[in-house]
Amino acid sequence: MSAILEIADVSRSFGGVQAVQKVSVDIPRGEIMSIIGPNGAGKTTVLNMISGFYHPDHGRILLEGTDITHLAPSEIAKLRVARTFQNIALFSGMTVLDNLMLGRHVLMKSGVLSSFIYWGLAQREEVAHRKRVEDLIDFLKIQDLRRRPTGSLAYGLRKRVELGRALALDPKILLLDEPMGGMNQEEKEDMARFILDVNEEWGTTIILIEHDMGVVMDISDRVAVLDMGLKIAEGKPDEVRVNPAVVKAYLGETKTSEVRHG
Amino acid sequence: MALYPLPIAKYTVAALGVLFFLVLPLSLHEYYLSIANLVWISIIGALGLNILVGYTGQVSIGHGAFMSVGAYTAANFATRLDFPWPVNLLLGGLMAAAIGAIVGIPSLRIKGLYLAIATLAGQLIIEWTINHVTFISGGVQASIEVPRPQLGTVVLNTHREMYFFLLFFVVVAIVGTMNLMRSRVGRAFVAIRDQDIAAEIIGINIFRYKLLAFAISSFYAGVTGVLYTYYFGIANYEQFQIGVSIDYLAMIIIGGLGSVLGSIFGAAFVTLLPIGIRYGMEAVSGVLFSEATVHNLIPALRLTLFGALIIVFLVLEPEGLNRLWRNIRSYFRVWPFAY
Ligand SMILES: Nc1ncnc2c1ncn2[C@@H]1O[C@H](COP(=O)(O)OP(=O)(O)OP(=O)(O)O)[C@@H](O)[C@H]1O
Ligand SMILES: [Mg+2]
Repeated sequence: MSAILEIADVSRSFGGVQAVQKVSVDIPRGEIMSIIGPNGAGKTTVLNMISGFYHPDHGRILLEGTDITHLAPSEIAKLRVARTFQNIALFSGMTVLDNLMLGRHVLMKSGVLSSFIYWGLAQREEVAHRKRVEDLIDFLKIQDLRRRPTGSLAYGLRKRVELGRALALDPKILLLDEPMGGMNQEEKEDMARFILDVNEEWGTTIILIEHDMGVVMDISDRVAVLDMGLKIAEGKPDEVRVNPAVVKAYLGETKTSEVRHG
Repeated sequence: MALYPLPIAKYTVAALGVLFFLVLPLSLHEYYLSIANLVWISIIGALGLNILVGYTGQVSIGHGAFMSVGAYTAANFATRLDFPWPVNLLLGGLMAAAIGAIVGIPSLRIKGLYLAIATLAGQLIIEWTINHVTFISGGVQASIEVPRPQLGTVVLNTHREMYFFLLFFVVVAIVGTMNLMRSRVGRAFVAIRDQDIAAEIIGINIFRYKLLAFAISSFYAGVTGVLYTYYFGIANYEQFQIGVSIDYLAMIIIGGLGSVLGSIFGAAFVTLLPIGIRYGMEAVSGVLFSEATVHNLIPALRLTLFGALIIVFLVLEPEGLNRLWRNIRSYFRVWPFAY
């Protein structure tokens, strides 16, 4: 089996909280793998460890066989792992275009001197990379927004631009933390379409965290389920759906939320 | 976004610019050119500080000290080794860049006010060092005279000659800064200012780029210091004390943070303000105050006005004069049809 990413026996705690405990997941190349689980299950923490924001207390993370457990986020980006955030982290003062160009930062080379002189090297590089960015702008259908500062965009569009910035890296692996959170049904369908298209057109491996079960079951090749930091199930969507442990974890959550609202 | 909707308008502006900045100075009185020269030098310094503070979002109160590093480096090479000015200019810039990067190291861990204090410490340490290490400062006076710069066989003596000499560097600095900010490195600076977590995730090494911003900014400061030195013919530490750091912060705040045009406006404004005040006060002197009182009042009035203006701009128009200029321009673009 060709796993592009191996998460091996990874744990991480914050103070007294065991956010992730001995979780192992292999992410097969070219597939869409979803990570689901109730609030606070440790999903975002897993992404944070893959992208280098947190390092695990125990365990290892291997990208194509190379140990990336202790690399810094900027080094992991160089290995073509891109990501979006649960609560959007765009450069809000900058235009959509600049945000996407920034997504290609590690693929570009111009240093201080050639940037200062600009004409020649830096300009040629700008033009070449702008082409790819324009393709992405067409792909995401945000042609009208090019020059808009991202801070002025509606929520759903900001999520889309953030996806665009991640795609601009030409990623091998795309980590999406609740890309449909807070969206209406139509926006969710658009986003699901984009994710499927990215996977099909460029063969990008995708790790997706999402709460909307309908979407998850529809678009995932595999699903891993976390609950209170533990992996309680993994498999094809149909298998996971009927897994008793999963059902229990979700029912438990429903009950507590009923209690909370009642 | 059509800045100049018709090509003809663009050429007109360019022609007016040439007329105003290149032809007119040929006949202006030297006094006015000496003022213009001070504005030119300060534009370069303000651009440098704006790269760090306005674009990258790192506060610094050490800009004056970085200028002195450039100034004394150049002066020492000029007098001890007889190096020509272009070499000294480069060495002054590079030395300031190196020192600036070192002073910028705390920016990895601290932000805002704390970073301001750390750079202030840098300013004071550099001031003290230059003042007390005679190897650097050249003796008790802590000042070093340098020979006039030369172009080929022409020695640049007059304000008029210096005007064109300095104008060249101003143009290079303005164009270069605009280029820097519209390409990879400049975008990374702004990314760090806007959202440092996102900047990391797209692969920007925050620490490296913060130090780079300090180095570039200090390079500009170093060059500014060298140019002051060649302009006045002397490197003098009194010219680069903490007050100067504050003046430059005032320039970019009043002119507009994160804006090239704002740096230019701010530099011109802050340089011209005391001269304006002096004219104003001299006009009313004799009438309201005695001549001596006026003389004492000017520095105090200047500081008061600066303080007031910084507060006014921070509160009312954080984008500075640059914003006011944009408003005026868009007003006239639709004039006489208001909206
Ligand atoms: N930086 C941190 N400091 C302290 N505790 C943290 C930190 N990050 C996460 N945690 C804790 O770890 C646990 C898992 O959090 P995590 O954000 O990974 O959950 P999640 O599955 O993404 O939840 P959600 O669905 O709400 O986004 C939570 O109890 C959380 O409070
Ligand atoms: Mg989360």
